[in-house]
Amino acid sequence: MSETSVVGAVTANAVTAFGVTKRFPGVVANEDVTFDVRVGEVHALLGENGAGKTTLSNILTGLYRPDEGHLLVADRETIFESPKAAIDAGIGMVHQHFRLIPTFTVTENIILGTQPPSRRFLIDVKSAEDRIVELAEQFAMPVDPRAKVWQLSVGEQQRVEILKVLYRDAWVLIMDEPTAVLTPPEAESLVTTLRSMARQGRSVIFISHKLGEVASIADRITVLRDGKSVATVEAAGSSRESLAELMVGREVTSVIRQGGGALAGAATVLSVDSLSALGDRGRPALTDVSLQVKAGEILGIAGVAGNGQRELVEVLAGLRPRTRGSIDIDGDAMERTDARYPIRMGVAYVPQDRLGTGLAPDLSIAENLILKRYRRPPISRAPFLRPSVIASEADRLMTQFDVRAPSADTPTRRLSGGNVQKVLLAREMSGAPKVLVVSSPTQGLDVGAVATVHQLLLDAAANGVGVLLVSEDLDEVMALSDRIAVMYEGKILASIDASEADISRIGMLMGGADLVEGQGS
Amino acid sequence: MNDNLFIVVFAAAIYYGTPLVFAALGEILAERSGVINLGVEGMMLLGAVGACWVATSIDGPAGVVLPIAVVAAMLFAAAGALIHAFLTITLRVNQIISGLALTIFAGVAGVSSYLAGLWDLGQAPVANQFGKMDLLGWGDLPVLGPILFNQTLLTYLSWLLVVLTSIYIFRTRWGLQLRAVGESPQTADSVGVAVQRSRYLHVLAGGAFAGIAGACFSLSILPTWQNGMTLGQGWIALALVIFGFWRPDLMLVGAYLFGGLSSLRYTLQARGVEIPQLFLDSLPYVMTIVVLVVVSNSAARRQLGAPAALGKPYEREER
Repeated sequence: MSETSVVGAVTANAVTAFGVTKRFPGVVANEDVTFDVRVGEVHALLGENGAGKTTLSNILTGLYRPDEGHLLVADRETIFESPKAAIDAGIGMVHQHFRLIPTFTVTENIILGTQPPSRRFLIDVKSAEDRIVELAEQFAMPVDPRAKVWQLSVGEQQRVEILKVLYRDAWVLIMDEPTAVLTPPEAESLVTTLRSMARQGRSVIFISHKLGEVASIADRITVLRDGKSVATVEAAGSSRESLAELMVGREVTSVIRQGGGALAGAATVLSVDSLSALGDRGRPALTDVSLQVKAGEILGIAGVAGNGQRELVEVLAGLRPRTRGSIDIDGDAMERTDARYPIRMGVAYVPQDRLGTGLAPDLSIAENLILKRYRRPPISRAPFLRPSVIASEADRLMTQFDVRAPSADTPTRRLSGGNVQKVLLAREMSGAPKVLVVSSPTQGLDVGAVATVHQLLLDAAANGVGVLLVSEDLDEVMALSDRIAVMYEGKILASIDASEADISRIGMLMGGADLVEGQGS
Repeated sequence: MNDNLFIVVFAAAIYYGTPLVFAALGEILAERSGVINLGVEGMMLLGAVGACWVATSIDGPAGVVLPIAVVAAMLFAAAGALIHAFLTITLRVNQIISGLALTIFAGVAGVSSYLAGLWDLGQAPVANQFGKMDLLGWGDLPVLGPILFNQTLLTYLSWLLVVLTSIYIFRTRWGLQLRAVGESPQTADSVGVAVQRSRYLHVLAGGAFAGIAGACFSLSILPTWQNGMTLGQGWIALALVIFGFWRPDLMLVGAYLFGGLSSLRYTLQARGVEIPQLFLDSLPYVMTIVVLVVVSNSAARRQLGAPAALGKPYEREER
């Protein structure tokens, strides 16, 4: 197809990508990607991690130049030389990790890098603020232009990011995983904003790997797989299952907890009472947290990141001192703050930062697998490690947990995210723990690995381990847990039986709406 | 009128605080852009030797020679700053190491002393000096007159620069960009601010200001050349930046406090007050250590408002 016919074939498109290919040494990140975004449309780019979404958005925003293919903006052939050229052409990006300066006001963040209204050489802050308030009202995004960004909630910060793009007269907004950091009510208000932008003739490119939200937000969906655009479908009338198949390339069965749970009369293996602890900056991060987990039970902790979940798991793993409260493991009090102490008492810990905190990335799989047991026989004898025992133990665990790697000597940093997590779970479960504390166990994993990890967690519970599952992924918490506790600002707001939990109620709690009824555990 | 001890001490505090104001003001600009420059002491000496050289080798009326000498001081010190800028911004060398190296390179046993020897400086006081002058005719005001308005032109210039720099940092578009570069170069870069250029410009401006600080010594305070004549005031200027929370107005107060401490040995000695010399000499340095210890932990620095990206080289993320 020649260029002119491409131009002739499409009209009223905000953005058209045709045959876009981008190679990096050793990888083809995008291959023959073709899709078009209409004016006034919310268009989703759906794909797993590594499917090429990020590379594609970097091409659209001028960070990378495509090796092949054509990019048309407002039906005009364009290759962006720089991010600035993309901004000038009306394409704006809202990154997943906000590019905001916390100590600046909302207005300062928005006008940074623009030619702000000025009198002589001084910035005319008042008229900049007026313009921002006007834009905020136009798109239903209330925000105080004089507030400092660090004072704002994550949802408000995202509004500032969006306003920053709108202030630069962007007609095409690219949003990278925008709901990942939001509570469900915040996500709903974002959808309202995006819809109102589309109604007013702007276009939104919505990047996500979440099937559910894509189907409800977008008009059309382009699915990316292995760097290629697989299909573009109408959101209305496409099922989650069909989208998942397009995304993964095979049929996917998701793990859903059925039955299970603690048996009647099962012992309480983890009991936390009135626990308080300080955060990194010396401010209270946990206040009076109490919870119990029975053998064979999965307790899910839901909440927006940064509400004390990290501090909670660190205290349980002995990595953070508590200021008050008690922790009992299977009836024995955990007295000291010391990472070795919980290990000996039977607490297994899978941290969110798998490769940094969980494993030693430059050590081999075999060495990582024995990191918590090397002090005692049979792994070591007196001061010496026993390589043959270590090797056979590594083989056994790699088979049992289906770790795919060239050999047990491979450094863990070379493994894919799913295999890293399997190594970590293998090590933790090999110590025959009573309690398993896991934090965001499937974050960043592809769909297949997610299912495997979920199954491993369910297996652990079935074997009588009490599992504390901390995750920002509400769907995951709802699918796996027997009970769900919601954390907000360092407190547990409510603890709900999974069978009675519904997403809107948990969403309200995640946003801090205090329940009068139904409190307690 | 000058018999009043109170007036003498305060006037001296401003006079001896003036080089600190210039040096710390320049360092505020550099640090606001995210580059810490421990070469202030060295740059001051470069400025001092440059100014002394011009004032010694050019004959002419003060109105011609002194401006040229000050410009020379700025250029000499900015040349030192350029080395630091290139090493830390382009080559991303550790800023602390590069700054220390600059002070050693330019300092007592380095380039400034070498140049002074080469040009045979320091044999006699320079012919043209910045003397005290009553610029606005307000020198006769009671109390304030002799304290504020019987100072050198350099002091008046420092006040002007403090006001202009404050407005620049907090009220202009370029100041906004400067602060953004020092807080989060990634963010600034993503909205099209030229991070490296901003850092170069402000490190160089900081060097030029340090040069004027050096000129204060060789054209007014001493006024001749002596090896290492800045007596560690560059280090005090570094502490003042923190003391003033990276704000020119607060820094000015601190500079005069330290200027007053530095001058005590002259003013008190002249009156025969019996305080051990060593104690007086060490006061400003002891204060510097106290300030630095108080703010040395990073949490405290964050709370005091240090630019978040201070000391961190910036490299654009590329795949």
